[in-house]
Amino acid sequence: MSARGVSERVLRTHFHTRTAAANHRNAWQDWKGYTTAAEYTAADLEYFAVRNAAGVFDLCPMTKYRITGPEALPYLDRLVTRDMTKLKPGRVAYAVWCNDAGKVIDDGTIFHLREGEYRLCSQERHLEWLLDAADGFEVAVAEETAEVAALALQGPTSCAVLKEMGLTDVEQLKPFGLTRFHFEGTELTVSRTGFTGDLGYELWIDPDHAEILWDRLFLAGKYRGIRAIGSEALELCRIEAGFIQAGVDFLPADEIVRPGRARSPFELGLDWLVDFTKPNFNGRRALAAELRRGSTWRLVKLDIEGNKPAHHSYIYDSRKKQAGFVTSAAWSPVAKANIALASVRRPAGEPGGRLFAEIYYQREMHWSRKMAAASVVEKPFWDPPRRRQTPPADY
Amino acid sequence: MTEKKTAEVIVIGAGHNGLACAAYLARAGRDVLVLEASDGVGGAAAMRSFADGFRVSGCAHLLYQLQPEVAGELELARFGLEMAVADAATTALSPDGHHVRMRGADLEGRVTERDRAGLRDFRERMQRFAKLLRPYLNRRPPLLVNSDTADKLTLGRLGLDIRRLGRREMQEFLRLIAINIYDVLNEHFDTELVQGALALDGVLGTHLGPRSPNSLLTYIHRLTGEIDGNPGAIALPKGGMGSVGEAFAGAARAAGVDIRCDAPVRRIRVDNGRVVGVELEDGETIDALTVVSSADPKTTVLELLGARHVETGFTRRIRNLRMRGNAAKLHLALDGLPEFAGVDPSALDGRLVIAPDMDYVERAFNPAKYGQWSAEPVIEITVLSVGDPSLAPPGKHVLSAVVQYAPYRLDGGWDERQSGVFRDLVIDTIAAYAPGLRDRIVAAELLSPADIERLYRMGGGHWHHGELALDQFLFTRPVPGAAQYALPVEGLYLCGAGAHPGGSITGAAGRNAAAEILKREGRS
Repeated sequence: MSARGVSERVLRTHFHTRTAAANHRNAWQDWKGYTTAAEYTAADLEYFAVRNAAGVFDLCPMTKYRITGPEALPYLDRLVTRDMTKLKPGRVAYAVWCNDAGKVIDDGTIFHLREGEYRLCSQERHLEWLLDAADGFEVAVAEETAEVAALALQGPTSCAVLKEMGLTDVEQLKPFGLTRFHFEGTELTVSRTGFTGDLGYELWIDPDHAEILWDRLFLAGKYRGIRAIGSEALELCRIEAGFIQAGVDFLPADEIVRPGRARSPFELGLDWLVDFTKPNFNGRRALAAELRRGSTWRLVKLDIEGNKPAHHSYIYDSRKKQAGFVTSAAWSPVAKANIALASVRRPAGEPGGRLFAEIYYQREMHWSRKMAAASVVEKPFWDPPRRRQTPPADY
Repeated sequence: MTEKKTAEVIVIGAGHNGLACAAYLARAGRDVLVLEASDGVGGAAAMRSFADGFRVSGCAHLLYQLQPEVAGELELARFGLEMAVADAATTALSPDGHHVRMRGADLEGRVTERDRAGLRDFRERMQRFAKLLRPYLNRRPPLLVNSDTADKLTLGRLGLDIRRLGRREMQEFLRLIAINIYDVLNEHFDTELVQGALALDGVLGTHLGPRSPNSLLTYIHRLTGEIDGNPGAIALPKGGMGSVGEAFAGAARAAGVDIRCDAPVRRIRVDNGRVVGVELEDGETIDALTVVSSADPKTTVLELLGARHVETGFTRRIRNLRMRGNAAKLHLALDGLPEFAGVDPSALDGRLVIAPDMDYVERAFNPAKYGQWSAEPVIEITVLSVGDPSLAPPGKHVLSAVVQYAPYRLDGGWDERQSGVFRDLVIDTIAAYAPGLRDRIVAAELLSPADIERLYRMGGGHWHHGELALDQFLFTRPVPGAAQYALPVEGLYLCGAGAHPGGSITGAAGRNAAAEILKREGRS
C-alpha cells in the first residue's frame, strides 16, 4: 500500500489490538490516516506465507462506499466504464471510473451485495465525485469505511483455514463470488477476491466482531501456516499479479494538475473494462475519440535481465531513445524473475517487444549503472491455476 | 385538428430566442415545431394583465439590446415591431428634487462641466468597445481548446480588432474589461447622481454591485444593441414588450414554423445516446432528431434532459452555473398619472431611476449577499402608458418597475407575506419621490424571483439565464463543453439567453444557434 504524505496516523483499525500485538518489528505505516503494519516480523516471511500458506492482511482502511436505492444500477453503470447490468447479486466486479476527459480517477471493486445494494471499494477517496455523479439518480451514496471491519486471507491454504473455522461449503465459492455465513451471532460476508493474484478471500464483518474473527481465524490456521502480513509483502504480491495501484502506476485524474499526466483505461491495459455498447458513461465521448485517434501511453509488464530491481528506471526503446519509466518493480521470488510495470509511450511496448531499463544500484556505497534488456510480457508473472479452481485443492 | 407527431426540429420555448432560432431554421428549409408551455408567445417579454385593462410585461419592460442583424433579417418591422419611444431618456431621481436627465451622451440638470465632458468621453469609449464586441456576439463563440480553423480565425480577428483600437485604447480596453464600474465612474464624474444612474445600468438584472468585478462589462454589453440605427438607445415598443415576441412569432410563422402553445415539455427523449424527441406534460410524445432548447441550461440539462444522459463533470459545471436572480418586478395600476416631485410629466415617457449615488447602490446590494432584500432598493421605473396609452384604460396608467436587490434565495423563502412586505417597501421607496402615488393605486403586484421562476420557467428567476460575468462569457457560456450551442448529446442544442451572447432581448443567441445547427447538420 502506498504511504503518501506525512505519517499522520491518528486512526486505529478495528483489529488494532491484534495487529499491535503481532507487530514485533513495530513497523507502522500511514494508510489514509490509519496505523497499519508495514511488516510484522519479516516481509519476506510474510510474502512466502501468501505464496505457500496463508497471509492475513488488515483491510480496514480501504475506502468503502455503500450505494443503495432504486437507481443504484443505472447510477453505477453511468459511473464506471464497464457494463454493470451483467453483475448479478452475490458477484463482485473490478472496475475503473473516469472523468469526462476519459482519464482514470481510480480503480476498485464493486460488490453486488444484495439486489440493488452495492459496495464500492477503492484506494482513494471519492465521496464528492460519487455524490456529484448521483445528481439526477434516485440513489444514496454513503461512506462506510469505518463501519466495516475487513481482512484479506490470501494464499493456498486460505480455503482450508476457512473451512476449519466452520465455514461450510466455502470451497464452492467461485472467483469474484460472495456469500454469507452465521458467525459468532453475526453475519460474516466472504468474497473470493484479493490483491495477490492467488487463491484467496476477503472477509467482511461488523466492527464489534472484528477481534473474535481475527482470533478464530488464527486458531483455525494454526496448522496451515497462517501469518499476519504487512503492506510490504502485499506490494510484492500485487506486482507479481500485475495489478496496478492508484498513486503508483497511475495518478487519480482528479489530483493531477499537469496536462498529459493522467491515464486512460486504454493506457493502463484495461481496454477490456470499457464497454462502448453502453450509450452513456463518464468518459465515453473522450474514450471513443481516443480509440479513433490512438492512445499515447501503454502500461507494460517487463521481464528484465539480471536481478537488480528496476526501481524508478527510465525505459529506452533502443539504447538511445527514452520511451517511458518504471512505476513498480521487484525481484519476484516465485517467478524467479526481475519484474516491473512501466508506462511507455506508444508505439514502444508492443507485446513481445524488447526494451531497455536503465538501472542504478548501490554496492558498498558506490553506485553502478546498468542498461538491462527487458522483454514485454502479456501474462501476469504469477497466475497459478488454483486462483480460479473451484473447489480449490486442499492444501 | 390533429397535432403534429413528428418534426425535423423541435424548439422548446416560444421566447424571442426560440422563435428567432425557429425562424432561421425554417428559412433554411427545416420543418420546425415550437412548443411553448404558456398560453402565448414572447416568453419573459410576453404581456401580462395583472388588473382589468392594465398590461405590462412580467420581466424586461424596455428594449435596448436588439441586434440590428436579427431585426433586419427577420423583418421584425414588417411583423409589427414599432417603437412608441425610440430613444427614451433617463431621469435620475434625486431626493432633493434636483434631478438629472440623460439621453445618450446628453446631460441636463445640476451637473458640472466635467460631468458633461465625462459622459461624452465615457459613452464614446464604451460605444467603441461595444462596437468591437458586437460582431463577436453575433457569431458562434470561438473555443480556446479543441478549436477548429473557424475558431482560430475568430480568435485571431478578435485579437486584431483589439490591436486596431490603437495603443492607448487597447490598453484602456484591457484595463477596463474586467474592472468594476465604480472606479471607472469615479474617474469620469463629479456628480453622485450621474454616477448612481450609470452604475445602475452596470448591475441591473445581475448579482453584482458597482464595486463587483466586471460590472463595467455588463454595462458595455447593454450598449451592443441598436434601435432604428441608434446604437445603445433605450426604446419602448408600441404595445409593450409583448409586441417584440409577436413580431418574432410573425416572422417564424411566415417562414413556415408551427407554434404550439399550452404544450409544456416534460422531458427530452433520448435513445441510445441521441435525442429522439420530446414528451409533453400530458404524456404526448413528438419525435424529432433535433431538439433546440431555449430554456435555461440548468432546466434543459438537469430537468428536461436528465443528468444521466451526460457525464458527471458536465453536470457538475451546469449545477455550479451562477444563476440566482436578484431582481423583482413591481406593477402598479394607477387611476391617473403619477406625479414625481420636480419631474415634468413629459419626461415620464422615458425611465426614472432611483439610484442617488453609487454607495447607495452598493449598500442596496450588501444584504442580498446574505439572503435579504434591500431596505433601500435600487429601482428602474417606467410609466409605459405614457408612451403607449393602449396599455391602460383611458386616462389611467400603468407603472412598471425593476427592483433590486431581491435575492432568489431569500431568508425564509418568498411567500405571500414576504412579497407583500417587500411590495409595500418598494411602493414607499417610490412614493418618497412621488408623494401622491399611494392614493392613485388601483392594483399592485410584486413578482419575486421565485414568481418569475415559476411564471417563465427560468431557473433561479434569473432574467439572463445565468450571470453575465467573465467566467460565464464567450467560450465559457454557459459552461465549457456547451459553448457552441451543441450539448454533449447528439441532436440537442441550446438557443436561449443561457447561451452566448447572453440575456436581454437580442435575438443573437437564437440566430447563432440556428447557424451552428445548420453547419453541424450539414444542410444549409
